[in-house]
Amino acid sequence: MSTTLKYEEKQLKIVGTRPARPDGVDKVTGRARFGADYNLPGQLIGKALRSPHAHARIVSIDVSAALALPGVKAVVTRDDFAEMPDEMAPVGELMINFRDVTRNMMAREKVLYDGHPLAAVAATSESVARAALALIKVEYEVLPHVIDVVEAMRPDAPLLNENQYTQGVKPKPERPSNIAKRLEFGRGDVAAGFAQADVIVEREFNTKPVHQGYIEPQACLASYSADGQAELWTATQGQFVFRAQCAKVLQMDVSKIRVTPTEIGGGFGGKNNIYNEPLAIALSRKSNRPVKMVMTREEVFRATGPTPGANVRVKLGATRDGRITAAEAVLNFQAGAFPGSPVNQASMCAFTRYDLANVHVVGNDVVVNRPKVAAYRAPGAPIAVLGVESVIDEMAKKLGIDPIEFRLKNAAKEGTQTYYGPKLGPIGYVQTLEAARAHAHYRAPLGPNQGRGVATGFWFNIGNETTCSLNLQEDGSLTLLLGVIDVAGGSRASLSMMVAEELGIELDRVRPVIGDTSSLGFNFLTAGSRGTFAGGMAAVVAARNLIEKMRQRVAKVREVPVEAVAWKDGRAQPADASVAQFEPMTLTELARMGGKTGGTMAGHAEINAQGAGPGFGTHIVDVEVDRETGAVKILRYTVVQDVGKAIHPAYVEGQMQGGATQGIGWALNEEYVYGADGILQNPGFLDYRVPVASDLPHIDTVIVEVPNPNHPYGVRGCGEVPIIAPMAAIANAIENATGVRLTQQPFSPPRVLKALEGAGKAQG
Amino acid sequence: MSRNHVSATVNGDQVEFLCETGQTLLDALRDELRLTGTKEGCGTGDCGACSVMVDGRLVCSCLMLAVEAEGKAIETVEGMAKGEKLHPLQKKFIEHAALQCGICTPGFLIAARALLERNPDPTESEVRFWLAGNLCRCTGYQKIVEAVLDAGREMRGA
Repeated sequence: MSTTLKYEEKQLKIVGTRPARPDGVDKVTGRARFGADYNLPGQLIGKALRSPHAHARIVSIDVSAALALPGVKAVVTRDDFAEMPDEMAPVGELMINFRDVTRNMMAREKVLYDGHPLAAVAATSESVARAALALIKVEYEVLPHVIDVVEAMRPDAPLLNENQYTQGVKPKPERPSNIAKRLEFGRGDVAAGFAQADVIVEREFNTKPVHQGYIEPQACLASYSADGQAELWTATQGQFVFRAQCAKVLQMDVSKIRVTPTEIGGGFGGKNNIYNEPLAIALSRKSNRPVKMVMTREEVFRATGPTPGANVRVKLGATRDGRITAAEAVLNFQAGAFPGSPVNQASMCAFTRYDLANVHVVGNDVVVNRPKVAAYRAPGAPIAVLGVESVIDEMAKKLGIDPIEFRLKNAAKEGTQTYYGPKLGPIGYVQTLEAARAHAHYRAPLGPNQGRGVATGFWFNIGNETTCSLNLQEDGSLTLLLGVIDVAGGSRASLSMMVAEELGIELDRVRPVIGDTSSLGFNFLTAGSRGTFAGGMAAVVAARNLIEKMRQRVAKVREVPVEAVAWKDGRAQPADASVAQFEPMTLTELARMGGKTGGTMAGHAEINAQGAGPGFGTHIVDVEVDRETGAVKILRYTVVQDVGKAIHPAYVEGQMQGGATQGIGWALNEEYVYGADGILQNPGFLDYRVPVASDLPHIDTVIVEVPNPNHPYGVRGCGEVPIIAPMAAIANAIENATGVRLTQQPFSPPRVLKALEGAGKAQG
Repeated sequence: MSRNHVSATVNGDQVEFLCETGQTLLDALRDELRLTGTKEGCGTGDCGACSVMVDGRLVCSCLMLAVEAEGKAIETVEGMAKGEKLHPLQKKFIEHAALQCGICTPGFLIAARALLERNPDPTESEVRFWLAGNLCRCTGYQKIVEAVLDAGREMRGA
């Protein structure tokens, strides 16, 4: 059974204000403890040995010299972990193939990418651990590799997995393939739709993998006790999901692992997956000492999840009066070394901003000799949307229609049938387009070599399993114990605000704490923009549960029927003077007498939150293109987004500005650069350049609030939508400035210059 | 491996520690002195998360050897607040929602304080260029820049 709470419009005292975040002082004083800030007495330092090859068979691993080095206490390899069957197994709401999980954390038959771990050591210091890694002798049989998605799809490409046959193709193919899965979505008849079109635009796009780029490298500390219990401190987006995955690969009972989430230094989807955690537990088990493992930045780039690179083709047909008649896309996504790219989500997001009768989308999930991709903020959507929104823009230009007007003519609304399943409920897409059109930015004058671009994004948002407890303490203050990780967005603040609003009390009476895995039941990852939506719903359920218990207690003490007790303005009061008369009781009074009148009181929520509200955004960007260098400067940026309800508007703005900035980096600078040898050439922040403060202008935000009917405060979720549109908006702005359409991301100076020169030659 | 003895001051306190010859100041602060407020984001001087002051100069502590700290005066984020009173920058970062995950925050605070000490009334552009050595992946910098400008105003009494 799932939980939805209906939206109720009411006077708000706390929701919608901008109080200081509960984690603020700790974060500005250095007290906040992140993954690498935890230490235990007697701890060892663990380090992983990583493949120097893109693709090789492991002939042998000899760890004897490493083990003999003084200070080395344990070494683990593939032999220390069980083989896992090739099948999808449930982990909470996720289905995961543990054959792949166990091979990604520790290579078995083959190494599949530069950086793939194949041994780990624990030693008394980092320098000894590093020296030990150099003593491990590995014999490799180097194999041909493939890193490009189009090359990997060819029948003669080197195969990563000789037992992988493309799923989703009937009959089952006779030969194995790097294409793990083929997906298809659609409705209507695209051939008929294109036949009705007056204008058809078709384009091909190529994008490179980019990294989430969280500033905190993965870090964990594990302590295994001889009685078979393990404790783990780690920077994670989901303490319960990490526990479940570690238990599975280490073949332990779930209840025997206790995961305490540390403060997390950015995740953006990249800290949804285990990497060093099971290695640290295994090393601790073997050495009987706590083991701490912290990745270097180079390890983060080489071995943790980037987003896929992709090859995308989009075809669009429209009538002269601006109605889209057919839309088609092929999305070929790199999954990295194991299947599981977000091509599924990208396929569903590609066209869902539009009300279309005829759509066909094909997605291919393709393995290549690169690190296994991980989620990155609206996984896959920015890639599909670069293609679709570029083609939309080109179509609008060909038809001579304003790009926002063209989108409005075809915009999805409440009741629009999607091509992947549901009909859309109440959504705010049209409102974001209209707000963008009305914004002063959209009419501001542009100078020479300057251009303006618009693009839009859609993301589903999700709910899922969510837990929390609201403990009424003996002095009337409250502890809000949360299963939801505050990944940075400020959910500790927003969830406390909803609790205070429900109870009618001051916000500073509520202290939020993130729980470890032994303190609450299973809670899904903070992913899919669910923190404030699902976490908020759970917090409201817990608050209402506590109110119910307090009403019952008052009824008992005052000897009145429970219906006669109402909770209003932070106190229990007679529901109606004609039914009962008694002195109101405050939260504090109730808390003080709790023990004597039946025990302390607490509200609980163990829910499966459903009814997440889709989020839509419209971005406007102005750029200036330097025709000499190819450099693109962002002059002005405006993010308009429907968030349902901004519980804490400053933190919502922060999501919009931060997401847009990541999208700007994706558009202009960021890419994984591989040599012909399949080795990553830029595993550091010097050569993998994320945006810095001086790259950016003021980023303006416009919050649109079309309430989600399935959330008590109307929340939709807001974290992912803002990364979707920037790449396409910037491509459209560059085209507007120069007349040249860029289809190879990133739009870095050399690529822009090449495109400008190419266009010059074509004209000259 | 014999270790080196280093004497220095950290946030005004006399400290002594032993370090390996190749150990960075950042690692010594974090692992020997247990001052974990200073963060490592890259280890190559590209992200600024490990920013500290050494004898009044802003440095990436990951690029300096711990043995080089002998006799030096080091300032870290742990020394910014005076007793219970937060530094105006710390206060303004919270007020302006200039931090999200917070891993880059100590480095930004140290770097921003160094800016305001040299230039109490910076323009927005000066703030953006001064802080270009500090990476933040959460905020898009907008609210950080606003917080620094506002802290400057408060510190000037403007």
